[in-house]
Amino acid sequence: MLERAHILVCGGTGCTSGNSNKIYSEFVSRLKEQGLDKEVKLIMTGCFGLCARGPIVVVYPEGTFYQHVKPEDVNEIVCEHILKGRPVERLLHAEKEEDGSLKAINETDFYKRQKRVVLRNCGIINPESIDEYLAYDGYKAYEKAITQMTPQGVIDELKKSGLRGRGGGGFSTGMKWQFAHDSVADRKYVVCNADEGDPGAFMDRSLLEGDPHAVIEAMMIAGYAIGATQGYIYVRAEYPIAVERLEIAIGQAREYGILGKNVMGLGHDFDIELRLGAGAFVCGEETALLNSTEGKRGEPRQRPPFPAVKGLFSKPTLINNVETYGNITQIILNGADWFASMGTEKSKGTKVFALGGKIHNTGLVEIPMGTTLRTIIEEIGGGIPNGKKFKAAQTGGPSGGCIPASLIDTKIDYDNLIAIGSMMGSGGLIVMDEDNCMVDIAKFFLEFTVDESCGKCTPCRIGNKRLYEMLDKVTKGKATMEDLDKMEELCYYIKENSLCGLGQTAPNPVLSTLKYFRDEYVEHVKNKRCPAGVCKALVSYKVEPDKCIGCGLCKRNCPVGAISGEIKQPHVIDPAKCIKCGACIQACRKNAITK
Amino acid sequence: MKQVTLKINNVSVTVDAGTRILDAAKKAGFAIPTLCYLKDVCNEGSCRVCVVEVKGARSLVASCSATVSEGMEVYTNTPKVIASRKKTIELILGNHKKACLACVRNGNCELAQLSQDYNCDPHAYEGVTTEYEIDETPYLVRDNDKCVLCRRCVGVCNNVQGIGVIGPNKRGFATHIGCAFEQPLAATPCVACGQCITACPVGALHEKDDTDKVKELLGDKDKYVIVGTAPSVRVGLGEEFGYPIGSNVEGKMVAALKRLGFDRVFDVDMAADMTIMEEGTEFLHRLQDKTATLPMMTSCSPGWIRYMEFYYPELLPHLSSCKSPQQMFGAIMKTYYAKKFDIPVEKLAVVSVMPCVAKKTEIFRENQNAAGVPDIDVVITTRELARLIKNQGVDFKSLPDEKFDDPIGEGSSAGLLFGATGGVMEAALRTVSEVVLGKTLDKIDFKAVRGMKGIKSATVTLDGRKIKVCVASSLSNAKKVLEDIKAGKCDYQFIEIMTCPGGCVNGGGQPIQPSSVTNNVDVRGLRAKAIYDTDKKAALRKSHENPVVKTLYSEFFDKPGSHRAHEILHTSYKKRNKYYM
Repeated sequence: MLERAHILVCGGTGCTSGNSNKIYSEFVSRLKEQGLDKEVKLIMTGCFGLCARGPIVVVYPEGTFYQHVKPEDVNEIVCEHILKGRPVERLLHAEKEEDGSLKAINETDFYKRQKRVVLRNCGIINPESIDEYLAYDGYKAYEKAITQMTPQGVIDELKKSGLRGRGGGGFSTGMKWQFAHDSVADRKYVVCNADEGDPGAFMDRSLLEGDPHAVIEAMMIAGYAIGATQGYIYVRAEYPIAVERLEIAIGQAREYGILGKNVMGLGHDFDIELRLGAGAFVCGEETALLNSTEGKRGEPRQRPPFPAVKGLFSKPTLINNVETYGNITQIILNGADWFASMGTEKSKGTKVFALGGKIHNTGLVEIPMGTTLRTIIEEIGGGIPNGKKFKAAQTGGPSGGCIPASLIDTKIDYDNLIAIGSMMGSGGLIVMDEDNCMVDIAKFFLEFTVDESCGKCTPCRIGNKRLYEMLDKVTKGKATMEDLDKMEELCYYIKENSLCGLGQTAPNPVLSTLKYFRDEYVEHVKNKRCPAGVCKALVSYKVEPDKCIGCGLCKRNCPVGAISGEIKQPHVIDPAKCIKCGACIQACRKNAITK
Repeated sequence: MKQVTLKINNVSVTVDAGTRILDAAKKAGFAIPTLCYLKDVCNEGSCRVCVVEVKGARSLVASCSATVSEGMEVYTNTPKVIASRKKTIELILGNHKKACLACVRNGNCELAQLSQDYNCDPHAYEGVTTEYEIDETPYLVRDNDKCVLCRRCVGVCNNVQGIGVIGPNKRGFATHIGCAFEQPLAATPCVACGQCITACPVGALHEKDDTDKVKELLGDKDKYVIVGTAPSVRVGLGEEFGYPIGSNVEGKMVAALKRLGFDRVFDVDMAADMTIMEEGTEFLHRLQDKTATLPMMTSCSPGWIRYMEFYYPELLPHLSSCKSPQQMFGAIMKTYYAKKFDIPVEKLAVVSVMPCVAKKTEIFRENQNAAGVPDIDVVITTRELARLIKNQGVDFKSLPDEKFDDPIGEGSSAGLLFGATGGVMEAALRTVSEVVLGKTLDKIDFKAVRGMKGIKSATVTLDGRKIKVCVASSLSNAKKVLEDIKAGKCDYQFIEIMTCPGGCVNGGGQPIQPSSVTNNVDVRGLRAKAIYDTDKKAALRKSHENPVVKTLYSEFFDKPGSHRAHEILHTSYKKRNKYYM
């Protein structure tokens, strides 16, 4: 029986933490109550991308997009919208045309510049139903590959497409498959790197949560192409929803004869096992991941030999990132030319970014390569909140760098980002405004890498620690100009000498901020001043006597009793007691407190 | 093998494909410094001291693990390379307890050498430092504050010995070498081989020093102190005094021990001869007894005994019940010698000098007290003996050659062979063959069991019966043999196992050579050669012909395998739990 309406509830991690499970169950009971459960289909989907507006509910056929939905809103949506056909205006994510009519959701600023290739099924299908995946051309790419293409043909198609690894390095995926294909061994493996660990990044997580079969299918194609029958997905244990949906997907695929012996009767064996990572960032480095998968300490190995020659259990291994796999089925189905028509000369296709920081539309966006940073921030992202000015964007997570406002028109692709001292990384994009101190940002990322270093090689284990200590000195106003030079020198040393990608890229946040925001460093060093007012040791809070009306709000809000003053008289902050928490600034209605 | 031609600092060199850049550079005349790399032991590429520039490479390359390729252009001493190495060493020094003046490795420290070679400022990168508690056992001390995290100890424990009781714990700056769940080493099934000590480039690992105990005994006027030296000590000790590797300094060693004030200086080779008599007899009994457990395995190496008790208790019946030569030596001193010279046992102290730290644990074993007191009182290693000699102001190099004391000082060169892998087997074959045949052998060199190969085997004919013997050194090799036995794939009758690769000459208590030497010179082979050279020239080359052995049996033990011999010269084994938690 065909339903007259579909209600899609976002089951991504963001919306789930906003209680979308409760919203879903509320819909179940309300629809039943109204006798609508037979004519309306309710679906829990993957991420819609616009996480800032979650929890999200979309009602089809109209495509009505509800934002910030609460469980108590469900009854109204059911009674008004579903029963009476009147959308609940107050919950609409509505951008209006000039004539006052509502824009279609695909035409809103957030979505219209996006091109959803990898995320095509996220927010559309129920990731826990293989039937829905099959209905959206699921496993057709595998069928096509195995019945109409040779393994080499699959690899040639990938090479032609220009797809590059989405995990950060940007190596040609086709070449990687070729190397694994060309290695001769009695056994080979296909591995999926789902150990996404950059702070603020959740691209892979959303894809696994929203469309797990797409990854499974791509791994099967890879198995066919390189001659492997066993796959492993190394996924973080901190992604419980992704893990659960992968388990369901693998189970269903086995049940349908899609995984296992003689897949779909086409003569090829392939199966997949999950391996749960315990949360070490370095396990996202491919050789560390292989060690961890083998049950060893997650530490990188020397390369060469590369995994394509000697990988998991010393056998040739193809290892790709989740998002890379996310592109495979579409390339096989639509052809390399279609894929290569998107993007720039050397970076084809799309890229998913996790947009975060000081921006309106935090969430997940997929854009064609070559889109400018300006488009992402000002149009898709909806600009910077509170009328603040854009200062920099950080890409590539702890391995990347900061792109200053002067380079906002940079077209985003692998090579441009490298050229300006950052990198694509796995796709975290953190926007910063004038209130961010760039030294503090560099320190934040370096603290992360210092904490996550495996401790194997000297430059990363000790070098990054010392670099962090020097940065700390800067933020405390204790550094000298010589320290800045020494820091820079140490950065280049660490990049040149570290064993793996983690160490080799760890100084990038420091180097790029030193390059573009050296003035800010110098200000910390020479004038003992943090221009953004972030570095606590360099900030002192003062009450401006002319502005203070003596209302006493600051005094009442100060947690440590550092403020004194008579009513209607200007108040004073005792710097010896002040802990620089900022509570007084927030409390003051006259902007009389400065730092 | 395929050949590859490359250029190192513009010098063309042709080497086998698969050669490390480090070794190719050596061939071209350039020495690249290393710290974490130890040939056949550790190849993690973790310290980054050996970096070189390779044309076209994105970053510097670790020459210890990267291999050559055709047309490669390598630069080993550019300003960038030199500056990088200097920084790496300075960073390590920045988190190293620089207690150099009182360090056991002062004068033999690879980090200090590198620091000097690269003109490092040890205080260039100071900051927060890690601090750890010292982990002390009766045989070994770990001071992680000095550890440089090269992981050579982990490599030898995991890869060479196959034990793996140590490994990196925590991560990042807090990474340190320790045991599972931060347990002390004493709570683990460590076999006490001490190979980690000789692998350590710095003073983070050293033997538990017992020289003070020896000084105390020597200073006690009431004590009659006997010292015995193991076979391989004499071919290692010289290195501590600047002699070339592989020098036999037996004469000077004896002279030094006498000058240190020991009442008697004996040779443990004599006890090794006794071991051959007892073990050979046991073997012949087992061969004749259809119900006896075969293959029989030697029991001289205490690390190996610990290994069996921890890891293969089900195979313990294969072990010979003979005590080790050290324990036989002590037992003979405290029974026969004490009685013969009427020395009250409580006044008699026996010190042994061993190439081994596991021997320090052996003296505390059950059933190692023939006279009701411990057979051996104190064990010191070759290194500690050198320290004692230096400390006591004995001028080693100027000493005359002197001989072991009478009446039971003499050992045969068969006993001396115990110091090298295959030596026990060869000594046993010399004796067993003649005892079984009842006539003198023409040829007594059993070369098939010599050499530094990890597992060796040979077939000998004894009175028409073919006997298959096997010799293995290092516990990972021992494990292969044991697994074959368990799988029923083993047709050996007699197996010699030594814990340390190459046997006692390479024991955990022997002088430590830096990796710049061990990576290029076969140290254990040279020491073993000194033993075989001595054996070749020796007059007395068979244990059963040693007059001391004959006297011991005629005056005291009656015959090999007698009741008294069993009481005094044999012991027992038991299963041990791996972890106490």
